[in-house]
Amino acid sequence: MKTLSKVYNFLVFVFLYAPIVVMIVYSFNGIKSRSVFSGFSLQWYQELFRDSVIMKSLYTSLLIAIIAAVVSTVIGTLAAVGINASKGLAKKAYLAVNSIPMVNPEIVTAVSMMILFVFIITRINMFEMGFGTLLAAHITFCIPYVVLEVLPKIRGMDSNIYNAALDLGCPPAKAFLKVVVPEIKPGIVTGFIMAFTLSLDDFIISYFNSGSSVQTLSVTIFSMTKKPYSPKINALSTLLFAAVLIPLIIINLKQDKGMQKKKKERKQG
Amino acid sequence: MNKLSAKTRITLTAPFTVWMAVFVVVPIGLVLFYALTDASGSFTLQNLSSIWAYRKTYVLSLELAFVATVLCLLLAYPLAYSISKMKARRQQTMVLLVMLPMWMNFLIRTYAWMTILEDTGLINTFLKSFLSLFGFQFQGFSMINTNGAIILGMVYNFLPYMILPIYTVLTKIDGSVIEAAKDLGADGFNIFTRVILPQSVPGIISGITMVFVPAVSTFIISKLLGGGMTFLIGDIIENYFLGNTGEVNYNVGAALSLVLMVLILISMGIMNRFDGEKDPKGGAPV
Amino acid sequence: MENTIIKLKNINVSFDGEQILKNLNLDIEDKEFLTLLGPSGCGKTTTLRIIAGFLKPDSGDVVFGGKTINGVPAHKRQVNTIFQRYALFTHLNVFENVAFGLRIRKRPEKEIVKSVREMLELVNLKGFESRDVNSLSGGQQQRVAIARALVVKPKVLLLDEPLGALDLKLRKDMQNELKNIQQRMGITFIYVTHDQEEALSMSDKIVVMDSGVIQQIGTPIDIYNEPVNAFVADFIGESNIVDGIMREDYVCEFSGHTFKCLDKGFRKNEAVDVVVRPEDVDVVSYEQGMLRGRVTSVTFKGVHFEIIVDIGGFKWMIQSTDEQFVGDNIGLYIEPDAIHIMKKSEYSGLYGDFSSYSEEFDELSDVNAEPEEVQDE
Repeated sequence: MKTLSKVYNFLVFVFLYAPIVVMIVYSFNGIKSRSVFSGFSLQWYQELFRDSVIMKSLYTSLLIAIIAAVVSTVIGTLAAVGINASKGLAKKAYLAVNSIPMVNPEIVTAVSMMILFVFIITRINMFEMGFGTLLAAHITFCIPYVVLEVLPKIRGMDSNIYNAALDLGCPPAKAFLKVVVPEIKPGIVTGFIMAFTLSLDDFIISYFNSGSSVQTLSVTIFSMTKKPYSPKINALSTLLFAAVLIPLIIINLKQDKGMQKKKKERKQG
Repeated sequence: MNKLSAKTRITLTAPFTVWMAVFVVVPIGLVLFYALTDASGSFTLQNLSSIWAYRKTYVLSLELAFVATVLCLLLAYPLAYSISKMKARRQQTMVLLVMLPMWMNFLIRTYAWMTILEDTGLINTFLKSFLSLFGFQFQGFSMINTNGAIILGMVYNFLPYMILPIYTVLTKIDGSVIEAAKDLGADGFNIFTRVILPQSVPGIISGITMVFVPAVSTFIISKLLGGGMTFLIGDIIENYFLGNTGEVNYNVGAALSLVLMVLILISMGIMNRFDGEKDPKGGAPV
Repeated sequence: MENTIIKLKNINVSFDGEQILKNLNLDIEDKEFLTLLGPSGCGKTTTLRIIAGFLKPDSGDVVFGGKTINGVPAHKRQVNTIFQRYALFTHLNVFENVAFGLRIRKRPEKEIVKSVREMLELVNLKGFESRDVNSLSGGQQQRVAIARALVVKPKVLLLDEPLGALDLKLRKDMQNELKNIQQRMGITFIYVTHDQEEALSMSDKIVVMDSGVIQQIGTPIDIYNEPVNAFVADFIGESNIVDGIMREDYVCEFSGHTFKCLDKGFRKNEAVDVVVRPEDVDVVSYEQGMLRGRVTSVTFKGVHFEIIVDIGGFKWMIQSTDEQFVGDNIGLYIEPDAIHIMKKSEYSGLYGDFSSYSEEFDELSDVNAEPEEVQDE
């Protein structure tokens, strides 16, 4: 039974990682083939960095992700505090609206916002589909995730912590920043990271809401998949994977250390 | 903190309220509006009735998504279960391993499967050269551009969404409940079917939703792995809005989206029925 | 009164249509240890929150040192609070938790260090400065909370069931320590608890509350010996409460017997509630008894036996060091000073009979009973 489950787990992980391994291996291929591997080379990485379209869309994606994450974290955190304090119908309404973008198929969210933008643009010709619409769309689908990350942290917080700060002479806004925010920081940070990665990873929303003037990395990748094969795409994915993997490992190692330290303190105490 | 004054509450939620109203609620209203009007803005049911032509596409989308969801569930449950039985440290690593592929761009992951499944792709190349060693002439399987390939793409992309919620509920099952079941004379099989499985239903439900919804509405997977031969409802909607291969018509597109939304709401309603079966009034299902 | 530091005048509070405090009036004297005592949901914590400024009453005034402070927000009031679950700032260490209020007040660093050290010494936490508050035990966290509140030199310290989360032995020690601290600092403590023993042993003055109304204010001895109604008599200690008739001053009749007592000032033949504490009843032989009955249950409690006696259908509780046996017929003797007469009230007939299980216990077997929610915040 034990070996059986081990073999099974192994096979599932092979399934999950096979394409990723293939991508990485072929990013170092000496020739432009998807099936034959011939000699190690970094030429596709060099080409990648020389590709101005990719580099520009990478920049756009990062910029959008950072702004969207910051804005949605601020809006979402404040909202979570307010929602937590609300009751009855108001609270239900907040949570229902918050769940719409998460429950709705992404394509519906995407086209509904596209309709909104087109609807406005055709009536007041003040802007066009581009960076602004893209950013607004990203913020929109990031907010619910921040709210859902922060909400349980506030619910789990002893509400008297805020009162304690007031009690010791802290004005309300300062009490919120000095005491409540640090207390729910893990939720805020997770919310921020989620918003950032969701935005960076998003394709569907961007595809419908970016217009023709700007491209996110995902949109660029999509157009690359339609063109003849180039291992540049493998090189790009390998780098992206590494960009995710490395910080993740660092965070994990740090958490481990933190946990060990806490354990030690408990033992002493 | 939960005794904030009404004024403070409203101030805190104001940016959220305004933002979500403008970018979530109004757009949904516009979808409804576009679905029920023609190009000139007057009321019509034409868009909705024209959808009848796509009934087969809807059925196919639901079918493929359904098969993919079932496969995901079958694949995910044993893995989630065995992870939940591991030591805490190992669990953490395994969860990370499950999540890691999700952090790679969705398109790239799907694209990678093209490389593997193609007629001249990895599997076929390998088989051909392997079999030629024995003097066989092998034509290769045609795997790409089939419904099977689309299902594979769905399962691959959404499997972690099934594993994680099931794993989470499994870890939350109180160990003493299992001991209580043992104490009352349940054997391993009984413990699983009568205690663990029923208690993991919420995780299964949320897993199913998280897999089914994106699967039924996808247009990338069908484009990349279906080779543009198979159209799913997502592809049709995309075409009506971006007009890659046909005319742009927001009204029909909106109607298609509306129907998709309703179909998903109905599916989820049915799903939640399953979860609701153990509601207090009826008692637990025996 | 000159000495009054806080005055609550005609305070009314309701949440969701339910009245939590009903026209509450209370004077709190400077430097006293005052306890708000009552069951959960009686409004005691609400009263505390109004004084702290976390809650605005619907109507009524809060007067502090002669000035009405209705509009003064919590962070500008000269009172500090010890919260139920301590509400320590988990992102700060012990030192910074205690220093918090001083930093808000922008005191010079030197003074902060000095005051925090002093305070930590006062609560016996010297050397804990750099510890993470999460690594402390409940008792230690409690001390940090006390130091944090006291370091800013409040005139009044509010304590909301501060010892509720501690185990019995530690709770007793902390009771003494809190009382000591109060006397050493010379400030007013307003203490909220539902534990009558705690209230009796610590307080200068006890305010007994129920359903948003003050039932009685008095010293622990007054409250114990002279409860004003059946609720107070039952809530503070165990009581036998029976229907009686005041025949004339110093003479009352209950359970079919006429007793001498020390109470007067009632109308002739006025119906009253009679309280007799279980420890004040003497067991005598059947023949000698003023009251006679059959023993229905005996429980050994360590220092004494708890004996339930059926007297004409009413079950009395008696605490005696002599063992009795179930089924025995015994007599009871009651001294005049063991009898306390109370006016009839809305609580008459609700308490003081030991023939049934407690209401809470009955509720367990009631299919339709909703689990009680703690409504005390």
